[in-house]
Amino acid sequence: MSEPTDASGPTPRRATAPVPPATAGATPVPEASRSGRVGVRKTYKLYLGGAFPRSESRRSYLVRAADGSPLANASLASRKDVRDAVAAARRAQPGWAGATAYNRGQVLYRVAEMLEDRAAQFVDAVAAAEGIGRDEASREVGDAIDRVVWNAGWADKLAQVAGSANPVAGPYFNFSLPEPVGVVGVVAPAASSLLGLVSVALPPLVSGSTVVVLASEGRPLPAVTLGEVLATSDVPGGVVNVLTGRTAEIAPVLAAHRDVDALDLAGADASSAADLERAAAGNVKRVVRAEPGADWHGDPGMRRLLAFVETKTVWHTVGT
Amino acid sequence: MSGSPRPAAPDAPAAGSVASSRFGYAPAPESRSVVSIRPSYGLFVDGEFVEPASGAYFPTVDPATEETLAQVAEAGGDDVDRAVAAAGRAQRDVWGPMRGSERAKYLFRVARLLQERSREIAVLESLDNGKPIRESRDVDVPLAAAHFFYYAGWADKLPYAGFGPAPRPVGVAGQVVPWNFPLLMAAWKLAPALAAGNTCVLKPAETTPLSALLLAEILQQADLPPGVVNVLTGAGATGAALVAHPGVSKVAFTGSTEVGKSIQSALAGSGKRLTLELGGKAANIVFEDAPLSQAVEGIVNGIFFNQGHVCCAGSRLLVQESVAGPVVEALQRRIGTLRVGDPLDKNTDLGAINSRPQLDKIRELADSGERDGATRWSPACSLPGRGYWFPPTVFTGVSPAHRIAREEIFGPVLSVLTFRTPEEAVAKANNTTYGLSAGVWTEKGSRILWMAEHLRAGVVWANTFNRFDPASPFGGYRESGFGREGGRHGLEAYLDV
Repeated sequence: MSEPTDASGPTPRRATAPVPPATAGATPVPEASRSGRVGVRKTYKLYLGGAFPRSESRRSYLVRAADGSPLANASLASRKDVRDAVAAARRAQPGWAGATAYNRGQVLYRVAEMLEDRAAQFVDAVAAAEGIGRDEASREVGDAIDRVVWNAGWADKLAQVAGSANPVAGPYFNFSLPEPVGVVGVVAPAASSLLGLVSVALPPLVSGSTVVVLASEGRPLPAVTLGEVLATSDVPGGVVNVLTGRTAEIAPVLAAHRDVDALDLAGADASSAADLERAAAGNVKRVVRAEPGADWHGDPGMRRLLAFVETKTVWHTVGT
Repeated sequence: MSGSPRPAAPDAPAAGSVASSRFGYAPAPESRSVVSIRPSYGLFVDGEFVEPASGAYFPTVDPATEETLAQVAEAGGDDVDRAVAAAGRAQRDVWGPMRGSERAKYLFRVARLLQERSREIAVLESLDNGKPIRESRDVDVPLAAAHFFYYAGWADKLPYAGFGPAPRPVGVAGQVVPWNFPLLMAAWKLAPALAAGNTCVLKPAETTPLSALLLAEILQQADLPPGVVNVLTGAGATGAALVAHPGVSKVAFTGSTEVGKSIQSALAGSGKRLTLELGGKAANIVFEDAPLSQAVEGIVNGIFFNQGHVCCAGSRLLVQESVAGPVVEALQRRIGTLRVGDPLDKNTDLGAINSRPQLDKIRELADSGERDGATRWSPACSLPGRGYWFPPTVFTGVSPAHRIAREEIFGPVLSVLTFRTPEEAVAKANNTTYGLSAGVWTEKGSRILWMAEHLRAGVVWANTFNRFDPASPFGGYRESGFGREGGRHGLEAYLDV
């Protein structure tokens, strides 16, 4: 991507969209309001390369609320969708990494602004997905927005905290810097549909990696709506790709993919985590292990920020 | 021949002016008598040398003469159990609870003992490994001591390392090291682990166990508490049993990418911490404005240091097209002066290849270069009749698709490719599954930084190559592994953060 000078700069580049991008404002709408008007239902699609396509397989699955009532159909991503998403993430990675850290920070902060703007919509979506009251859902959404702000602020500080000038015994200037690992595959937490999602999806972005996120299989709708926020937040297309579907079907494809550099298995269940780690060894992926039952409310620390960087050390001769 | 930019055919190695430019030196052998090698060595477990449970021993040979140096115990599953149990007890009862300032003093002692006994260690290392005494004396041993000295100082400063206010040790570390820098790799593994309060079970390479066993004697001399470091000699099966042992919480491996992948796979689902330092296929990139005579020295050092048995060796020379002829010509002239032979001779530049299997592998890959159509060149040099030897070799006319441009040869074989623009240099340099190191030679500072930014490698040397320091993090991108050794960054692998 060219380097936008601030968050209100060029609009994100989108891949040619097979279908028009979905629009905002898609809280589950009652079937018909008191006035008798029939509501417009939203189609939940994948977020891939900056566009909102259906699964190439044309499959979908019924997503139910925590109380069992049907919410919507979500796209059932295929192996091919995973490969397409990885390709989109790879294409977007050099541009995202090449943006200044200040610019990445502003773009991520813009995500928080857009989320805040649509907070009420996310409260409804999280409440429905997780079966919690609106007060609790409000806290989830508030924490999620604050988590985005926290990550945004790291973009232009990580290199100072994680890098160093190294006092080697010789006439050399030697320094170490954190660099983005590349393309990161993320298995989002199954339970925490928004806070858990942003807690794992954003840390790779801070340093300039791009991500392919497998949304919570049972609670995917907030992730799709987050994709709509990202699409309108100056995040270049392909930097974040969100897939919905069966984790057991598509996570192994992501874990084994040769063009994925690292994996966050936060949401993988205990029975599949070992297989996913084994698949990751095929190209020596960096892996953050599964964390079933993790609480996403506390201080996230720097662990995930550091898990998706490579330390590069440069030696330069000193002389006249 | 030396006046021609055209490399000689392999069956007609450069003769005449190149060979005659190598004026004579009298032999200057380092004395073997400074080191006493025992006929056989047990395993170092819980502070003592013990017999292996199986009673099995294997020989370790001097690759320069093919003579057996000693018999070494082969550790089996029972021995791994014993060593891991000893390490676990020592970690829980002694080393873990010990104040950092006390641990530090043990490590400072080790550093000093390595310095005091440096001559003896260097000779032993050259005997067992085949590397020139000049390198074991000036690089391996001083750097090993420096690593202990550096990490000793961290032991009582861990809360300041940036990994939280109260970082804790991980537990027992199982550490498997290669044969190319036997003592130095042991120091890279042990020093940060011990500083952070872990205890260790170290598995040296099958073909180079002696310096680790001498290090065990030094640890005894330092009165390091029993069980804090255990040394299990053996082959691949011993290493596999060690990393799979349930009492091991942290695995650190340096070696081939193939074995690294198998370890990562074997550890899937175990919850063990893992760092891998694997293979490489580094590009050494020479621009037309580079100081060419310095660059030639850097190219030679980059590929022929330690016979090319270096994971970060500059095995792909990328030279800008406009200076390719003069660079290759100067390189061949310089290579013509290299001395291949007795590792204990202080004038030797290239020693012996470490083992017969490694020699076979280098030969096979070099032959593939010829079959693929690249042009092979070696200087006229006579190799000793016994032992494992391979002459310094340069391939020109190499395509990025050739095996010699893609696979790690781990020997004194350089592949020369050309480029026109910085962008092409970066694209070719990054066109590999590895990402350990790279070199850049140019007088232009902004180009150095631009190249350093775009090269996907853990270490970038600008106008130098193959420099190492305990304060400098080392480790790879991509299939060259993950985790860093050295510096503040090197502590992370051994801290529960």
